[in-house]
Amino acid sequence: MGYFLQQLINGLTLGMIYGLIALGYTMVYGIIGMINFAHGEIYMIGAFLAVIGFTVLGLLGISYVPVALLIVLFTAMLFTAVYGWTLERVAYRPLRSAPRLAPLISAIGASIFFQNYVQLAQGARVKPIAPVISGGYTVFEEGGFTVQLSYVQILIWLLTLALMVAFALLIQRTSLGRAQRACEQDRAMASLVGIDVNRTISLTFVIGATLAAVAGVMVTLYYGVVDFYIGFLAGIKAFTAAVLGGIGSLPGAMLGGLILGLVEAFWSAYFSVEYKDVAAFTILVLVLIFKPSGLLGRPEVEKV
Amino acid sequence: MVANPNTAPRIDIAALLKDAALTAAVAFALALPLIGFRTVDDPAGLGIETRFDWVATGVGAVFLGRLLLSWLFALRGQRPAVGSGWLAHARAQLDPHMKWIALAGMLFAFLLPFLPFSSRYTIDIATTVLIYVMLGWGLNVVVGLAGLLDLGYVAFYAVGAYSYALLAVTFNLSFWECLPLAGLFAAFFGILLGFPVLRLRGDYLAIVTLGFGEMIRIILLNWVPVTRGPDGVSGIPRPSFFGLPFTANPPEGVTAFHEFFGIAYAGSHRVTFLYFLILLLALITNLFTLRIRRLPVGRAWEALREDEIACRALGINPTNTKLTAFAIGAMFGGFAGAFFATRQGFISPESFTFIESATILAIVVLGGMGSQIGVVIAAVLLILLPELGRELAEFRMLLFGAAMVLIMAWRPRGLLAHREPSMRLHSRNHRGES
Repeated sequence: MGYFLQQLINGLTLGMIYGLIALGYTMVYGIIGMINFAHGEIYMIGAFLAVIGFTVLGLLGISYVPVALLIVLFTAMLFTAVYGWTLERVAYRPLRSAPRLAPLISAIGASIFFQNYVQLAQGARVKPIAPVISGGYTVFEEGGFTVQLSYVQILIWLLTLALMVAFALLIQRTSLGRAQRACEQDRAMASLVGIDVNRTISLTFVIGATLAAVAGVMVTLYYGVVDFYIGFLAGIKAFTAAVLGGIGSLPGAMLGGLILGLVEAFWSAYFSVEYKDVAAFTILVLVLIFKPSGLLGRPEVEKV
Repeated sequence: MVANPNTAPRIDIAALLKDAALTAAVAFALALPLIGFRTVDDPAGLGIETRFDWVATGVGAVFLGRLLLSWLFALRGQRPAVGSGWLAHARAQLDPHMKWIALAGMLFAFLLPFLPFSSRYTIDIATTVLIYVMLGWGLNVVVGLAGLLDLGYVAFYAVGAYSYALLAVTFNLSFWECLPLAGLFAAFFGILLGFPVLRLRGDYLAIVTLGFGEMIRIILLNWVPVTRGPDGVSGIPRPSFFGLPFTANPPEGVTAFHEFFGIAYAGSHRVTFLYFLILLLALITNLFTLRIRRLPVGRAWEALREDEIACRALGINPTNTKLTAFAIGAMFGGFAGAFFATRQGFISPESFTFIESATILAIVVLGGMGSQIGVVIAAVLLILLPELGRELAEFRMLLFGAAMVLIMAWRPRGLLAHREPSMRLHSRNHRGES
């Protein structure tokens, strides 16, 4: 029971991180119908910015955790947003009317570029940082096994939930959200009624990038190590989460992330750690076969 | 469209400067955190090293570069329209002679080992290029003809390589016995994967195939009793020339290649033989593709690529049709994999990462989907150039990624786009109108 509970906690935490990345996928997919292949790298850059940020702050002597955390979070979001914007500008906008495969290739190219850029700029070694937030609550003890809920996990949960609420409000209540939903439905029509489509798409990438940056910072806090290769797998899994929840659906992305995180945690705990990625892909395949529109997605009707 | 040369375009210097400054500002924001600060390993955790001079140099270069570029564009009157220009023009000129160009290329490929400048090194590189040409042609069946986006093609390559390696090492089967088996296994995996997922739309298919590619790699890494895990399979036997091995001192009772032909032993014999082997395999792939395009199934692939709903209405079973494309593409991947294994003599899961799939797909898409010659050109570009740029070693992949983005922005349909259907109801009296 204790073991199970611990895995539940770990899985939920992992799921929240996947969910944050998945939101970026699902938004971009919703608005331009493309898989943003380089989104995982954006998340990786966010994680690196967190490592650099915490190290610089540590050297400057700012060690009061809430202040350091806020500074790192904001700088990471800001700079990652620029990366997201640039990605859209360079790899997607010139290809908006091109055949479907072209943006995918350019996104894969951008992904390779970012990976190697970070590797060259920061070195290929794994970057460890000293734990910024340590300690946690003991939920309960049972026969020598303690179930821990660490402060970092609580932070991840609270932050993710807060971002979800803010995000839902943004989509539903603001003019940007309305513009986004309009572009999702019909880009040509939206531009006819005066919506700046380019700006809306750019902002979508920017928002997706900031969410990925938060996920990157959280992952740095949670695991304490970062390397230039983490973006690839995280990217695929977050996409899996987005598809699982129904691509284009925002609550779906979160739900998909949580399910994926739980499956991974339980699979590693009860079956084998080596094959946890295989488990994630198996789920993806099963979902696509039996419910291609995802758990919360609308079925797509193809019209002639 | 060509700008009228009589009216010199007015250049708004202020706007250009503003544009360049904005670009430089973005470059600054991009470079500052990741290049300006470098984390270094420190006994006490991580240290930081600042490199603001690099950032300044980079931002300055971006500013000047952007200014120069937009000034040039302004001089030309307008930005060149995507897809037009000298390349399209050159292509229109060359198009009627494509057959001869292809023949000349083939002749060159056949003569390459005997040309005066070719060394063991050139033949080695040419062999590598040909492996990618073959993989590109194989994937072209799936992506170019049937229009199915496969991001996990390397899985079939891996299946082919491992089936040859394991069969040869475990059961002492020869290369020639294993080659068809490797192709069969790969095709079988293609069907196995294809069966559940081919009902999916393009993008989903891409991700599932990507996941499949990773799954195969993870299984190869972790199923140690069979695949020997991360250590890989070594001591894979080399192919023989109709039973004549390429060894200096053959075992008792076996005639070696050089003894049979009465020539002195040279290590280059095997290299040359491998080169011709892959050339032959690649040409078979090409011939097969060109012929199957004319068969009903090939025409169904192309029709499916253009409009799936119309195909269904006409009674083509999309799943079966896609499945054949998938299986045939996978089979060629398997052949190429078997060749790769015999050439290297050693394989490990390291050789079958996603980056390989991405490279092969990039070759197909950059070459222009469906174009066989485009695949050759793109393979030469993408494999030969990084090979020649070995001095740039660490920047190789960085430039590779950048090149993929830039070439796509420059020619979204690939270098030689080929979407002409192989068959027409009423053949046009003259080409080049579409």
